[in-house]
This record gives sequence, structure tokens and C-alpha cells, in this order.
Amino acid sequence: MPDVFLIYGSTMIKRSFFTSRYLPYLLILPQIVITLTFFYWPAVKGIIQSFLLSDPFGRRSTFVWFYNYAELFTDPLYLKSIFITIVFSIAVASVSISLGLFIASMANRALRAKAVVRTLLIWPYAVAPAISGIMWLFLLHPSYGIVALGVKKWLGVNWNPVMYGNDAMIMIVIASAWKQISYNFVFFMAGLQAVPKSLIEAAAIDGASPFKRFWFITFPLLSPTFFFLTVMNIIYSFFETFGIIHTVTQGGPGGSTNILVYKVYQDGFVGLNLGSSAAQSVVLMTLIILITFLQFKFVEKKVQYGG
Amino acid sequence: MVEKTPLLDLFTYAFLMLGIFIVGFPILYSLIAATLPLEEVSKIPMPLIPGDQFFVNMKEAWTRGNLGTQIMNSFIMASGITLGKIAVSMIGAFSIVYFDYKFRVIAFASVFCTLMLPVEVRILPTYEMAANVLSPLQAFWDFMHLNALVTWISGNDFELALNWSLLDSYTGLILPLVASATCTFLFRQFFLTVPEELCEAAKIDGASPMTFFRKILFPLSKTNIAALVVIEFVYGYNQYLWPLLVTTNPKMTTAVIGLQNLIPQADDLPEWNIALGAAVLVMLPPVLVVLFMQRWFVKGLIEKEK
Repeated sequence: MPDVFLIYGSTMIKRSFFTSRYLPYLLILPQIVITLTFFYWPAVKGIIQSFLLSDPFGRRSTFVWFYNYAELFTDPLYLKSIFITIVFSIAVASVSISLGLFIASMANRALRAKAVVRTLLIWPYAVAPAISGIMWLFLLHPSYGIVALGVKKWLGVNWNPVMYGNDAMIMIVIASAWKQISYNFVFFMAGLQAVPKSLIEAAAIDGASPFKRFWFITFPLLSPTFFFLTVMNIIYSFFETFGIIHTVTQGGPGGSTNILVYKVYQDGFVGLNLGSSAAQSVVLMTLIILITFLQFKFVEKKVQYGG
Repeated sequence: MVEKTPLLDLFTYAFLMLGIFIVGFPILYSLIAATLPLEEVSKIPMPLIPGDQFFVNMKEAWTRGNLGTQIMNSFIMASGITLGKIAVSMIGAFSIVYFDYKFRVIAFASVFCTLMLPVEVRILPTYEMAANVLSPLQAFWDFMHLNALVTWISGNDFELALNWSLLDSYTGLILPLVASATCTFLFRQFFLTVPEELCEAAKIDGASPMTFFRKILFPLSKTNIAALVVIEFVYGYNQYLWPLLVTTNPKMTTAVIGLQNLIPQADDLPEWNIALGAAVLVMLPPVLVVLFMQRWFVKGLIEKEK
């Protein structure tokens, strides 16, 4: 969406347009009504709530300025959750992006079977994160999992994601990254096919080996795709992995997989700690606004190439 | 390839096979597990030769997980979201691109900004909203002290309590997810590439805006619609957090959430064959949609996100 800034300029309209007094308002109305009732009103309410302290039983709440935020950022559990989320999202993004790129560049070399390969690799996109979680829970299950068995036997590790936090973290990273490989694959495939053949051939004539060609030509040309996918994968691991966590670990063992989104849900919806949950929501909101702006800024300027 | 590199080609195909194997292994293994009887599936390691219990396990999963109802719920939710999103954002984009009016830019900006407000960052207030959709009106009514006003005018005690709950209903599952910044964008982008002459010609022929939309714009958008159908169906079917919040009645639960009840816990019989059978069944509808509409899906995915 590179032309997003044009919305401020408002120049993007057809030269020939219709004139009608009520129709345009009527057409945009459903969209506006839904965004106001289910997006803006709740968001504003959340922001207000984050400045209030409600007693757990009654309906009384007092205005407490930044008390909820101060509490939040001195709470070791919350700080731990931030740390866990960062580790988790970096791990998921790097594993799924590198595997996606690797498989896509292999598939791009395999001239004969491209369509078949694509079909074989594309379908995990349609698998719900929660289902990916269930399948990997079975594969990595301490008593029944075949992968877990291999890990125990050959690596000599006392693998148990039900008991140990680190193992649980590795398990949800694998389950989350696996589901995302095909998404990254599709975009890298498209990016690779957009690399001009003439460039590769010219480099080959100059004597560059396939590896050099990949590293010095293809890889730099993929940088916009790379950046875009980093952002999308981080957003995915921040928000959409909720299903995996809820199905497989429920934030445990001992809060070791309690990522920020899951903590908002736990504290607010289960623990009914309204003020704190609202403050956490606002922190997440700020974060995603930041990511979105960063994305547009970089997509606009830094990583672009002609042709 | 540019030159002949037999060794590298060999590696390419070997690694490609390995990649496909990594991607396909979990599902293959789950499928095998779903064909085995309990005593086989709980063997360590589980045998890799499929058994003959597939239909027995599927039947058990179907009744125990109440999958008939749940897959139906997921299907209704996914179709509702797909149709709703496409309809709402298509006419919205039509309004933004083909009309010039005062609040056009504001309308578009406000739709765009919803990108930054996924349901995950406003869990509780959105839930409260769904529990009573009329609460903003109520807040306005209370804020203006209209109860007192009506009491004063009519001379009777008066109190207005507006309540319309979307919890445990299809409307509640679908409606809040129907607004979509990305779909509106996609249609806007596409409409902007439609030649000006078409609109001119339609106007000269005396077509009303809606006739132009129905007879010209809609048929032109078919490929885009096909692509969005795939993407939004998968999105709707795989929703997790929102259905988890709005449904408490087991009859309204969606399939992806219901699966959790089938996972064997520490004290249960390790009936992974049932759990994985159910998982395979539940993932089938969106996977089939993606596989059969692959061409539109790939095109749509890339255009939607860029």
C-alpha cells in the first residue's frame, strides 16, 4: 500500500464522477457504522479505562492518571512477558522467513515442477494456528511425540515442553513458524520471479557462480519483500499466535509462554483486572501504530528499486 | 538455469524434497495417527504404517467433538464474514472513488486507521460492546440526563434501558469482523485503474450510479472478488480470539476452538487418534478452498498486502 499517504492529499479521485446528494453517504455508511461501533468506540473506551481504577465488585471507578501504567511497568510479570514476546517474535520471524526464502529459492531453480511444488507448499496457509499447535503438540509430546523421542535419544536432552518453560517456548515457536512458512514462500516466490533474467544472465557471462549471483543480485533485489515479510511476521507472532498459545500451553508452564496478547486476555477477560488490562491494550495499540508507521516510512523510502 | 550445474541441481531437488517433507510431515503424521487404534497410537514410537481405524476414529471424533454443529458454525461465520467484507468494502470503495463529497477523505482515513486496531488490542471494550450494542446510545442518553428530562416533562418516573446483545449469535460472530481496511484498499486501487471512459460512456447513456456499479464495475471486479473470497474465507474460518470471547454456549462454538476439548490431558486416555482425526477434519474446508482456488489466491494475496 505505498500510496497510503495520498489519502491526505485527497487527489485520488476519478476525473469523471457521479453527483448525488445522498447516495455516496449511503454507500459508505455500513463501513462507517461498523468501524465506529466496533473499532473506535471500544478503542476510546479502552483508553479511558486505562486511566481508571475500578474496585472488583461494584461499578465505582476513580480517575488515577498513570497509576495503571506505572504499576504495569514495575510488575516483573509484565516485564517478563515483554521479554518473552520479543524473543518469541524474533525467533518465529527468523525461522519462518529463512525457511520460506530457502525453499522458495530452491523451488525457483527447479524449473520443471514449479506448479506441483507450489501446490505442495501452499496449503499450510489455510491451517488455523491452533491446529498447527495441536499437531506439533503431538509431535513434541514428552511421552508420545516422535520428534520428542528423536530429540531425547540423539541429543540426550531431557525434553519436556509440558514441564519446562524453555521447551514449551521452542514448541510454540516451531508450531507458529511452521504455519507461516507457506505465506513467506508465496511472497518470496513472487519476488524471485520478478528478478530480471537479463541481470542473472549478464552476471553468469561475467563468471559469477550461482551462489554469488544469489548473494549479490537476487538477495538485494528481494530486500523490499524481506522487509515487508519481517513486519508481517512480527505482527503475526504478536497477535495471531493467540490460538496456538490458548490451545497448547495457556501461557504456561509458569508463565513461560505468556506473550503480551495472551496476558491482556488473561488479566482482563479471565482475571477481570480492568484497569491493568486496558493499560496493556493501550501499550499494544501504541506498538502496532508504531509498526504500521515504520512500515510505511520504510516501504516509501529505503528499500526500493526501479524496474 | 543459465548454465548446467548437475551437482547443484541435485542438491536443489534434494533440499526441495526435504523442505516439502518438513512442511508436509505434521499433517501426514496426523493422518496416520487418525487411522490407528488407541493401543497403536500410544505405542512409542507410533508405527508409521496406516491402520484401518480411520472411519471408526472419524465417527468418534465427529460425535464427541460435536463437529457437525461446530463446523457448520465455522462455515456460517466464515461465509458471513467473506460476503459481508466484500459487499461492505466494495460499495464503500465505490463511494470513495466515484463520488466527490465533503467527508470523502475523512471517511477513507477512518477506515484506513482500523488497520491499527486489531481485535487483540481492544479485547474487553469490544466484548462489552457486543454484549450491548446500544451502549453508546445509552451513554449519550445518560450523559444528557434525558431520564430526568422525560420524568420532568411527563410527570412520571422514567428510566430508559437500552439493551441488544450479540453474544452467542451469528450476528455477533460476523458483524464486528466485517469492516476491512485492506479490502477497501484493494477495491479502491482497482477502481482507480478502471478507464475513465467507461464511466463517461455510462453517464452519456444515462446510466444511474448504481446501474454503472452493477453492470460495469461489478463484472470487471470478478477476479478480485474471487481472490478475496479465498483469503477472507480462510481468515474467517480460522478466527480464534473473537469467537472465544463472544460464544459461551457450546452450540455456538466454532470448530477451531472446540478442538481444544479433544486434546488428551495428563490424566486422560491418550486418545490422540481422535484428537488428530478431528483436527484433520476441521482444517479440511479452508485447505480445500485454497488448493482449488490457488491461482486467484496467490494473485490476491500478493496484491492485497502490497
